[in-house]
Amino acid sequence: MTMTQPILSIRDLTVEIPTRHGILRPVDGISYDIGRGEVLGIVGESGAGKSMAGNAVIGLLSPPARIAKGEIHVGGTRIDHLKGDAMRRLRGKQIGMVFQDPLTSLNPLLRIGDQLTETILAHLDVSRSEAEKRAVAALDEVGIPGARERINSYPHEFSGGMRQRVVIALALCAEPSLIIADEPTTALDVSVQAQIIALLKALCRDRGTAVMLITHDMGVIAEAADRVAVMYAGKLAELGPVRDVLTRPRHPYTDGLMGSTPLASRGKARLHQIPGAMPRLDALPSGCAFHPRCPYAQDKCSADPGPTLADGNGAACWFPLPHDAKVA
Amino acid sequence: MTDTQLPPDAPIAVKDPSRLSLALQSDFIYTFKRSPVAMISFAVVTIMVLAAIFAPLVAPYNPFDPASLNLMNGFSRPMTPNAFTGDTFWLGTDDQGRDVFSTILYGMRISLFVGAAAVLFAMILGITLGMLAGYVGGWTETIIMRVADVQLTFPAILVAMLIFGIAKGITPVEYRDQMAIWVLIIAIGLSDWVQFARVVRGATLVEKNKEYVQAARLIGRTSPAIMLRHILPNVLGPVLVIATISLALAIIAEATLSFLGVGAPPTQPSLGTLIRIGQGFLFSGEWWILLFPAATLLALALSVNLLGDWLRDALNPRLR
Amino acid sequence: MLAFVIQRVAQSALVLLVVGLVAFSMFRFVGDPIDNMLGQERTQADIDRLRTQLGLDQPFPVQYVKFLGNAVQGNFGISYRQGRPVSDILMERAPATLELAAVSGFLAIFIGIGLGVFTAIRREGFAANAIMSLSLIGVSLPTFLIGILLIYLFSVELGWLPSFGRGDTVRVGGWSTGFLTASGLKALILPSITLGLYQMTLIMRLVRSEMLEVLRQDYIRFARARGLRERAVNFRHALKNTLVPVITVTGLQLGSIIAFAIITETVFQWPGVGLLFINAIQFVDIPVMAAYLMLISVMFVGINLIVDLLYFSIDPRLRADRTKAH
Repeated sequence: MTMTQPILSIRDLTVEIPTRHGILRPVDGISYDIGRGEVLGIVGESGAGKSMAGNAVIGLLSPPARIAKGEIHVGGTRIDHLKGDAMRRLRGKQIGMVFQDPLTSLNPLLRIGDQLTETILAHLDVSRSEAEKRAVAALDEVGIPGARERINSYPHEFSGGMRQRVVIALALCAEPSLIIADEPTTALDVSVQAQIIALLKALCRDRGTAVMLITHDMGVIAEAADRVAVMYAGKLAELGPVRDVLTRPRHPYTDGLMGSTPLASRGKARLHQIPGAMPRLDALPSGCAFHPRCPYAQDKCSADPGPTLADGNGAACWFPLPHDAKVA
Repeated sequence: MTDTQLPPDAPIAVKDPSRLSLALQSDFIYTFKRSPVAMISFAVVTIMVLAAIFAPLVAPYNPFDPASLNLMNGFSRPMTPNAFTGDTFWLGTDDQGRDVFSTILYGMRISLFVGAAAVLFAMILGITLGMLAGYVGGWTETIIMRVADVQLTFPAILVAMLIFGIAKGITPVEYRDQMAIWVLIIAIGLSDWVQFARVVRGATLVEKNKEYVQAARLIGRTSPAIMLRHILPNVLGPVLVIATISLALAIIAEATLSFLGVGAPPTQPSLGTLIRIGQGFLFSGEWWILLFPAATLLALALSVNLLGDWLRDALNPRLR
Repeated sequence: MLAFVIQRVAQSALVLLVVGLVAFSMFRFVGDPIDNMLGQERTQADIDRLRTQLGLDQPFPVQYVKFLGNAVQGNFGISYRQGRPVSDILMERAPATLELAAVSGFLAIFIGIGLGVFTAIRREGFAANAIMSLSLIGVSLPTFLIGILLIYLFSVELGWLPSFGRGDTVRVGGWSTGFLTASGLKALILPSITLGLYQMTLIMRLVRSEMLEVLRQDYIRFARARGLRERAVNFRHALKNTLVPVITVTGLQLGSIIAFAIITETVFQWPGVGLLFINAIQFVDIPVMAAYLMLISVMFVGINLIVDLLYFSIDPRLRADRTKAH
């Protein structure tokens, strides 16, 4: 799928937070690519480092968190070392972002039309009236009825689902080549979730936008993602095409994750849970971080950290499950 | 990073309350040790409080004992032997030959006493009314909180002045000086109870509906017992913070009232009264009579303020 | 909208009635008004005449209503100490206080908001930290000490500015102003800084903490993620949201300025109503105290009302909620 040059390319990305207990690594040496029009789902429990990786890409890590190692390329240009205004120009223009909660993502005191035009004017060299025209078009595109009138409304005059549509319009209005969607449906009513995912997917497919879809919801992944990356304690556990990873997981953690998720595709299999909880970053076990919870762990697992993933697909496990293994 | 390994089944989500409070306490001490500002201001406050309590022992002279005064010593410059008597005073003397250092110690005593007593009064009043409002509700609550709201629209210093003025009008002339200190305490205390009442009421409303309070009620505990045993401990943190900041405000309020001539009488001068007296000598060049009491007041108020600031941050991690 | 305004006006009126009751009780029960107004050589006939004249022989509620009626017409009785109508004295003194308060309020709001925004945006910077540390001293420094320090520095040592009084004033209609003469303006500088500094510090610290809170919000992160310029994020998005809560407190602070003028006026012997009030307390001149209390309450309540309405016009959510609710 990524035959041509990828839109986003991350190599060995490491994010560090210095604390008084030592240096924490919420993201620890991850690498992946996202191609044109491709949706890469990033899954994992809370605290696995999913959002932190997204914030690193768009350059919005809140200090003291910082990129300590690795490279980020967008559209072939290295961006991880960019600062200040150079990085600002990329945000919105090259990389768009959709946040979790549409209720808090929009400035309550500004009309949504103003928020759209200011974004367009910040990146595109167009007149104000042209920007306003594009703002209406953008609202129209995300399926807001009566866009021409609604442009003068304040955020509180929209429902949650409609607000998330506005947020998507805002993220896409300067036509970025990459969208980072951080839990875009978590705060929404279940009935609206599918619509928003479908909308995001359709818009990005039409424009060829690459999507980094961060979520803990396997259902969303199954529905929207082309490939999926599973994160555990800051590292990539498994990466591969969504069908393979969901139906034939090779990393025991992914296996456990699948076993604990109700998916229609798997029929009536019993749900399992993974014993224990993800370790805190300041108390990581030695070797493979998953080994204390892994049913297949052997001596090697507590001694050596898991193998790093090659650029392509696979599982970061010394003893991956065989390809034809049934889901636990 | 620590080497401690979590056992595979460690239920991290479940918190052991005793361990939690331990961690909190160690954090409390930890941030204290890490904050030079907190430690210095704590030291300054401690020294000043001790010096004020033991003023009769620490002070080289008793400024209120006419026998120990020598008018010849008047207007001695700091650290300079007096031209007539050859006596040396660290911080100089005022027009009547009173040792400024000693008057400051005694003045600080009155300032601190009035400030602390006023805050204590405000605290007791505020906690009682706040709990009553939160626990009883209904008309009691409406009246208490409406009075609080109205009072809050007026600056505390104005309320204190007004109460002082009214009290002065009620007290017979011959008792006014004697009563002044107590009137001050009541005036400042009455002007400052609202903060306490609001916080305590809020916390009471939250706690009242929790299961352990309901349980206490079921096993037949009386309302006052429930409020004291169960609700009071939960509001001590914020109350402590407000009390510290209120203390700084009360000390400043007392000094202001005394400076304006509607506070501590000249027979019992607080720091504010000393500054009022010293202001008269500023133009004639005897700066020390004003400067040293002023610096003492500033150091005291600033240290208490800094301590309160730090305390608020330490007890409220969200704001850090 | 209209319902909201009516409700707020009714509340304000209630507050004024309560304050009026306090003022009236002071007048009626603190000391004996007859004693205070008549000298040693009085006859029973004098006492009776004055009692009827003041209406003290009537029932309490009637007296209260009369008192309110008089107060509304600006009649607060005769000053015990000066023997002149309180309203005349107040009218004479009011311009001095109002001019001082206006200049101080202006300084406090504009410099306070400016510095607050600056220290919030440059949170880690040296200048911002220095300003914050200084501001803590400002909060701990009692107003009267600031005044004395300024006098010492600029009047005693440098001799640049006057240490007391209003300088020359010009009468414009019934108003005596210090704005129109050089000495009047010079005389304003130190008192207005003294009076404004504390409020400025408070406003600055409030703006800073509110702004930091706002800067943590999702919509600010989202504004950044959309690649808006720092300037637009800070001023268009953050400042506007910061101002909503700041307005309430700032309004109250403006009220305090008029009250705190008491202190500044004493330090600088500024011939305003604050100095009048302090002297009234010292001499237990109850009619002046009562009148001052009423006057200042009207100002406070007025300011509060304006603040509420301002609030309303800034925040569209309030507008919508209210119109739906009523």
